[in-house]
Formats: sequence, C-alpha cells, structure tokens
Amino acid sequence: MGLALLLVIWLITFISTFIFLAKIWWLPTGASAAAAGIDHHFTITFILMGIVFVAAQVFLGLFVWKYREQNSSRKALYTHGNNTMEIAWTVLTAVLFIGLNWASKPLWASERFDPAKSGAVQVEVTGMQFQWYFRYPGPDGKFGATKPELIDPSAGGESAVGLDPADPASKDDVVTGTMYVPVNREVEVILRAHDVIHSFFIPSMRFKQDAVPGLAIHMHFTPIATGDYEIACAELCGLGHYKMHGMLKVVSQKEYDKWLAAREAEKQ
Amino acid sequence: MQESTSTVSLGHREDSWHGELNFDSRLRRARLGLVIGLIGVLMIFISFTSAYIVRQGLPTFDPATNTLVRDWFSVRLPNLLFLNTIVLLLSTGSMELARRRTLRDAKSADAALSADSRIPWLASTVLLGLSFLVGQWTVWRELAASGFYISTNPSSSFAYLLTGMHGAHLLGGIFALLAAGAVTLVRRPIEFRAVLVDIVGWYWHFMTVLWVYILCLLELAR
Amino acid sequence: MATGEFAGHIPHAHAAPQSFIRKWVFSLDHKVIGLQYYFLALTAVFVGMFLSLLMRIHLVWPGVSLPLIGDIKPETYLSLLTMHGTIMVFFVLTTAPQGGFGNYFLPIQIGAADMAFPVLNMLSFWVTFVAFLVLIAAFFVAGGAPLHGWTGYPPLSALQSAGPGEGLGADLWVISIALFCIGALMSALNFITTTLDMRAKGMSMMRMPLTCWAWFITAILGLLAFGVLFSAGILLLLDRNAGTSFFVPLVTVNGTMAAHKGGSPLLWQHLFWFFGHPEVYIAILPAMGLCSQLVSVFSRKPIFGYKAMVYAMLSIGILGFMVWGHHMFMSGISPYTAFGMSVMTMAIGVPSAIKTFNWIGTLWGGKIRFTPPMLFAIGFVSLFVTGGISGPFLAQPVLDIPLHETFFVIAHFHLIMGVASIFGIFAATYYWFPKMFGRMMNERMARLHFWFSFVGTYAIFMPMHYTGMAALLRRYSQYTELAYMHSLAPLNKFITYAAFITIAGQFIFLFNLFWSMKRGEKANDNPWEATTLEWTTATPPPHDNFGGLTPVVYNGPYEYSVPGAPQDYLMQTDAATKAVGH
Repeated sequence: MGLALLLVIWLITFISTFIFLAKIWWLPTGASAAAAGIDHHFTITFILMGIVFVAAQVFLGLFVWKYREQNSSRKALYTHGNNTMEIAWTVLTAVLFIGLNWASKPLWASERFDPAKSGAVQVEVTGMQFQWYFRYPGPDGKFGATKPELIDPSAGGESAVGLDPADPASKDDVVTGTMYVPVNREVEVILRAHDVIHSFFIPSMRFKQDAVPGLAIHMHFTPIATGDYEIACAELCGLGHYKMHGMLKVVSQKEYDKWLAAREAEKQ
Repeated sequence: MQESTSTVSLGHREDSWHGELNFDSRLRRARLGLVIGLIGVLMIFISFTSAYIVRQGLPTFDPATNTLVRDWFSVRLPNLLFLNTIVLLLSTGSMELARRRTLRDAKSADAALSADSRIPWLASTVLLGLSFLVGQWTVWRELAASGFYISTNPSSSFAYLLTGMHGAHLLGGIFALLAAGAVTLVRRPIEFRAVLVDIVGWYWHFMTVLWVYILCLLELAR
Repeated sequence: MATGEFAGHIPHAHAAPQSFIRKWVFSLDHKVIGLQYYFLALTAVFVGMFLSLLMRIHLVWPGVSLPLIGDIKPETYLSLLTMHGTIMVFFVLTTAPQGGFGNYFLPIQIGAADMAFPVLNMLSFWVTFVAFLVLIAAFFVAGGAPLHGWTGYPPLSALQSAGPGEGLGADLWVISIALFCIGALMSALNFITTTLDMRAKGMSMMRMPLTCWAWFITAILGLLAFGVLFSAGILLLLDRNAGTSFFVPLVTVNGTMAAHKGGSPLLWQHLFWFFGHPEVYIAILPAMGLCSQLVSVFSRKPIFGYKAMVYAMLSIGILGFMVWGHHMFMSGISPYTAFGMSVMTMAIGVPSAIKTFNWIGTLWGGKIRFTPPMLFAIGFVSLFVTGGISGPFLAQPVLDIPLHETFFVIAHFHLIMGVASIFGIFAATYYWFPKMFGRMMNERMARLHFWFSFVGTYAIFMPMHYTGMAALLRRYSQYTELAYMHSLAPLNKFITYAAFITIAGQFIFLFNLFWSMKRGEKANDNPWEATTLEWTTATPPPHDNFGGLTPVVYNGPYEYSVPGAPQDYLMQTDAATKAVGH
C-alpha cells in the first residue's frame, strides 16, 4: 500500500507538472503593454510554487513508503518536534510568499494606482443584460449626458445607453456594438452597467474589471498588436451571461480615424 | 490498560456532571454562555452599523449630471422615541431588582420564601417591556403618517431596520421572562429559575445598552 | 468498560430517556444530535453531487434531454450551480465536520458528559434541518431555484425581474441562509462554552487533542462571522420585498427603471465576504485537526510540533478576518485596499504551510499503518498541498486579473476546501465508526473507495487549472458562443467522464456505511490503539459518556512510542506511566 501511494502521488505530480511545463494549455497570447510584465510574474510564481508543489508531494510519497510499518522491532521516533525547524520554515515561507507579492507591486501600481495619461483614447463601456455597448465622445472630447428614463435596449445604439439628445455634447457621441481602438495608444475605459454587475474581460489584453451599476470605473490598457480580440462577460449577470460577448478590433491609427469619421458621418 | 479503582483521586471536577453541578458553577456556565451568545448578537449590530456608516457617506452616480451625488437626508425621529427610552431604562431597573432578589432567594437557607408580600419586579419588567414595544410600534406609525416608510430614503430604512431588529430581540427577552414566570407555577427548583432570571436579566441590560447605542447612532451620526 | 484513571463512581443524576421521540427525534444527547447532523449532511452531499453531475453533463452535451429532468435551459443550469454551491458549503462542509463529528466527539474527548447546553444543541439541529427544507423548497416553487450563484451578488439577487428564479425561489434561499446562521450561532455558543468550562481534571487546553482545538477555533470563527451574514441577508430580504435600497442603485432592467436608488452592490460584497472568508476556514479547520490526529495515531508518533499546530490554527483564525478583500480585487474597490488585503492573504498562507510541514514531519520516522482513515488523511495532505499551491497565484491582484472568475478559481477552492474537507469527513467516518456503531467498516470496500476518490478528484480538478489559465470562465451554462473557448471542449469532456467515475465510487462508501452497521466485523473499545478519551469508554458510549465515572487526565493526546513504556501508546488517563513532553 505504501508503494502504491508513492507511485500514484508521484505519477499525479509528474504528469500534471509536465502538462504545465509543456504549456499544452496556457494563458492566451498577450497583446497589451502590460501583458509581458504580468506573464513574466506569472512564470516566476509558477516556477517557485511549482518547486514547492513537487517537493511537498515527493516527500509525502517518499515518507509514506519509507516509513511504512514493516516489522514490529523498529520503533517509531519519539519526538514532539523541533523548534528550530519550525522557526526556519516559517521564516522561509513568509519571505517567499510575501516577497513574491511585494515583487508584483510595481505591476499592480502601474495598472491600477495611476490614472490614464492625458491623450488616451476614451471609450465608455456599458454593460447590460446581455450586450456590451461602446460610446466614443467624438470631436468635442466630451461625453453627452445619459438619462435612465431614456434607456431603450430594443432600439439599440444611442437609445440603449439612454443618450440625452437635449445635451449638446451628445450630438457627436458615437455608440457601437463593436469596440475599435488604435494600436499603440493608451485606451481609457470608463465602465458602467445598467442593471446588474457585469465584468469587462479581454483575455489577450490581460484586462478585467467589473462594471458596477451606480459607479463609473476608470481603467486603462494599451494594445500593442493589431487584430480581433474577443470580449467576455466575467461576472454572472443572468441567464444570458454565457452569450454576453463582444469584439475588440485593434487597428492602425489611420484605420481608426477612418472608422470613427464614418460613424460620425452616419449620424448626420 | 489498567483498572485503577484502587488509586481513586477525589479531586475531580464536580461540575462536569449535570446532576452534581452546584448552583454557583451552573450560574457561571450559563453566564459564560450568555456572554458568548451576546458576542454573536453584537456582530449583527456591528454589521448594521458599518452598513449605516458606509451608506451615509456613499455618493451615488447620477447619470443626468454624470457626477457623483450624496443622497442621505436624515429622518427626523419622533419625540416618543425618547419617552420609550425612559420606559426601557425603568424596565432595566425593575429587571435588576428582580434578578437580585431571585438570586438571593436561591442562595438563602430558606429558599422556599413565599412570594406574596413582595413587589412583582419580574411582572413589572414584562409590562414595561411590552410598553416599550408598543411605543416603538407607535413611533413607526408616526413616521409613516409623516411620509417616512421603510423604503422612503436610506435614513428611514435604517431607522426602521435598527428599531425593528432591536425590538425583535427584546421580544425574545420578553418570552424568556414569561417562561421564567411560568417556571414558578410549575414548581421547578428555585436554582433553575434563578439561573434563568439572572441570564435574562443580563440579556435585558444588554438590550437596553444596545438601544441607547442605536438611539445615539440615529440621533448623533446624522 | 472504562479504563485508566477514574475518579470514583458517581450516582447518575439524570437517567437516559426511554421513549422513541425523546431518544431519537428530540434527543438532548450530543451523540444522537451529532448523528442527526451527520445524516443531514450525508443527504445534502448526495443532492449536491447530483446537481454537479447534471451541470457537467450539460456543459459537454448542452442539448441533451435527461429522463425525469428534461432539458437543462440556461437558467436551469445557473440554478443548479447556485444550489450546488449553497448546499455543499452550508449543509455539508459546515455541518458534517462541526455539527456532526464535533458534537459527537468534543464532549467525550475533553471528558465531559454532554455539551454545556443540551436543549440549545437540539434546537440548533432542528433549525438547521428546517433551513435545509426551506432551501430545497426553492426548487419546487414558481420560477424555481435562484440563479444568482451561492454568493448572491445584488442587484441580480435583489431584483425579482433580473431573471427566472429570482422571485420566491430567491426569497426562500435568503430565508434558508438566515435560519442556518441562527442554528450556527447557537451551535458556536455551545462549543465554546463546553470547551472552556467542561474539560475534565488534568485536561488543560494544551493537552486537548487537536480536533478539539479545531472545533473550538471553528466555533469562534462562526460566532463572529455568521452574524454578519445574517445581517446581510436581512438587508437583502428588505431590498427584495420592502422597496429599500441598501444594495441597489438606480438600475434599468431591460428598459424598465426599477424602484430603487442609491444603494451599493459593493456593500453586499463586503458583508458577504467578511463572513465568506472565515467560512472557508470553518469548512477546513476541523479536517485539519482530524488530519493531525490521524497521522499521529497511524504513524505511532506524537504530532510534530503540537504548539506550532495550535498557534497556526489560531493565526489562521485571526488572519482569516483580515483578507476578505481578495475576493473583490476586480470588484471596483480601491487598489490600495486590494494590495493591503493581498499582503495579508499571502501571510495567511504561512500557517497553512507550517501545518503541512508538521504533518509530513509526523510521518517522518513513523511506523505507518495504512488503515482506511490513514489513507484519507494522507490523501488530505496531498490535496491540501495541491489546492493550496494555486492560492498564491490568486492572492496577487496582478495575477488575479487573468485568473479571477475562471476555472482556476474553481480548481483552487474545490481542491483545498471541497475535496480536502470531504476527505476529512470520510476519514472521520472510517475512524470513529467503530466507536459509534461497535463495528468496523469493511476494509476492502474502503480501499476501493479511497482510490476512486483520490485519483478521481485529481482527474476532475487538476485539468481545471489548465482550462482556467486558458481563460475559461465560470458560471457559463455553455461554451458555444466564444471562439477561444471551443478548443477546451476535449478537456471539459475528460472532466465530465472523470466526474461520472468518481461519483460512482461514492456509492461504494454509501453501501459500506449502511452494510457495516449490521454486518461489519465487531470492534473492541479501542481498535486503533489510540490514546484519546473516546477510546477509554464503552462502545457505543453510554448516555453520559463515561458510565458514571469522571476521567482524570495525566498525559498529552499524542503519546505514542514513548521510550520505556510497556506498549506503543499511552492513554491520556494512564497515571502509572510517565510521559515525556506535556
């Protein structure tokens, strides 16, 4: 039985570690400025915790086999422990865990402590059951007012976000169901939700933030590769949660300007 | 494995066993249980307090102006609330007198003292407690009459919530007092009644202190 | 026949009850109440497991119509997962280890005749039982069971219009939880008073078995946490039914403005997780205490570092109240608060690591006996390590960005809290069955059950780390809509097949449990040759646990292989042989 336990524990450990190391399934390819740093820290955590994982399981398996009761003459070691070892591994574990976390602080700070720089492309992202809408402020750089009583999701677009036509700043606001941004420029996202909590998740951009009704949450990211990136809702929002998805299209600055101009022209 | 009846130690704890438990140990155990239980109840009201403070300071997003605005408007509390407080304080006084007397009875040599020539402190507490609850209900009616229902605004929601939760707990205390009163009729040993009255007594005082705290929160933390 | 040092014969003050109702239904005997809690949890776990099986089937074959159940619509899937989580967390993990085994064995292990307040104990069980019935009733009312997840975030859980099941079903869900809180608070009161006030002579706190320490600390956590959940439940009930706006800001559901404004969804999250984090420690601490007990008994060695184990459990308890924000890194809280909470979260990993080192340290140099309880204890250590290792990923907010709400989280909490705790429940059953029922459980069936469960749960939950890293999101009723999720279908299928096999294996346990009650090999009073007080008394223990005697304790609980002793275990009540240590 001791041998069986050792073999099974070791087998499970080695197979699962191998699959991790072979990266058969892994984080999606990163396409934002923050991705490299996040992925690097993920790898460091993975290596350190992987060593702990393998060591613990190896020793567990080894000990249950080595110290199995074989003949009645060997006595078990009578000891209540070892204070030096307790202190040693407490300190080491604390240094490892807290040190690892502290090392991630600059990454977190650049993601979340600092607001978007001026000149960032502003997009207001509104989540509602079960659709994402994206609003651009237009040439005046100001978002027009919205009124909850004007919200009408069935009409789509501007009515879905409840845009108030009476506000002059609303005239040039563009509302779309697909998110376009130019590459290599910081994007400031202002997250809102109409009904329940949703969460705006773009796996490739390493971007995730809950959209909370009653709040307007400012976040930012910088896409560094053009392409189409899926957006998923990452907070249970009702029966349509699984199909509340969108698309982020990262294009060149010229294409972005062309696209936005075309949307503005449609409004006339 | 040894039968060790020959080395019997007589220094065992008497109070480990129901039948052998003496009055002082039973009282101490019951009081310990009460203190622990009250910590649990306290956490409920600490949660409500933190919700109150958070809600008070919380700005909410006004889409019409695209800005954050404050929407806490303190509800004015009817003066009856202060009269009720006095009633509750009186009831805590009569409760304490009932508690002390029952303890004295339990500990005294002639435990079977008759109750007829004595002031019914326990019954007074029940009456005062019920008056307090009726008074709280009247306060609710007054609030509703001046247009403040539980859903009117956040301040009124908390006013109803805190008074209601406190009232529910006090009602529980009243039932316990009625049980203590009923126990005399069923002729259980005086020690049993004394422990019950002592526990309810401390519980009652806690409810009074809690009420004063709630009043201060509603009145002062506006 | 009780053995060891006993303080004379005391006349029995209250006789055991005779009528069926007083003996088995409204019993005041902590042993009967413990069994009542246990069988409630056993029922709940099979219901919860069945719900998860339906979920796994639906994920792989969304269109399939099942016999008796019919189609699983998206909203049905969400109610399955809501009820699965609620049933498992509350009625299994918070019920069996504490209410079940804690009730049965805490008084005996400390040398007491019963819990401090037997009537309160009985009430706490029946309140919990009614709470379970109220929860199950949600399946059968109009609209069905709620779909808002076991975490019940408003506004989804506060608005009747937010989805099917958010009507009466959601109200029943809240009421059930509120009742559960009341039962849990009553039980916590009893456990704490009993531990502080009813230990036998010589049973100092530092001579208590680690199971008793675990039950004690779990009760303290429960005392401080359940009141907060209760208050959140009341606020939610008012938002749902009285038009208040504690949690709901101005919202528009499908174009219709709801009659709420100004509330904060984050307020619910703070209250819920202030309870919710200690709750996960409530779920795991008793299993940790038992694991310590079992690795010691079945290695014939004292536990490595008893004091460190106690301090570790106390630290976990205290720190457990300071980390709740790690469930809210993406919720919209201040990033500074988030980082502070994450440092505390990394810190709480330290005492858990210490405990793991000490369990492995106990095995080192031991004489290991591979009894069924020991197999599950070893399995527990392995699963606890695996589940624990994913913690430091999630605890760092910057890594939580890609991992939050994915299957990585599901892998983490199922391994470290769900499966590990269930292994603790299995271990406890195999270990204490002889004392409760006078017979051994069948060993061959037990071993088979172990292998099914150990390999099976790894097969189910290890792949979820991979799907989680690949950004597969949780609480999705199907994975057909997002292109990047399609490639994970084979892995999902594998998990479902593993689930079928693992669940099938659990019926071996169920059969073994009931078969052994009647046909198991008869057990003597101390079949495992263990030292703690429950093994000094008759099997099953008499009504007052020690047959009218009071134990007197001379030794610590883990005196195995004491040099010079006549046998390799020293009962706690043995005065003649002096132990080295405490």
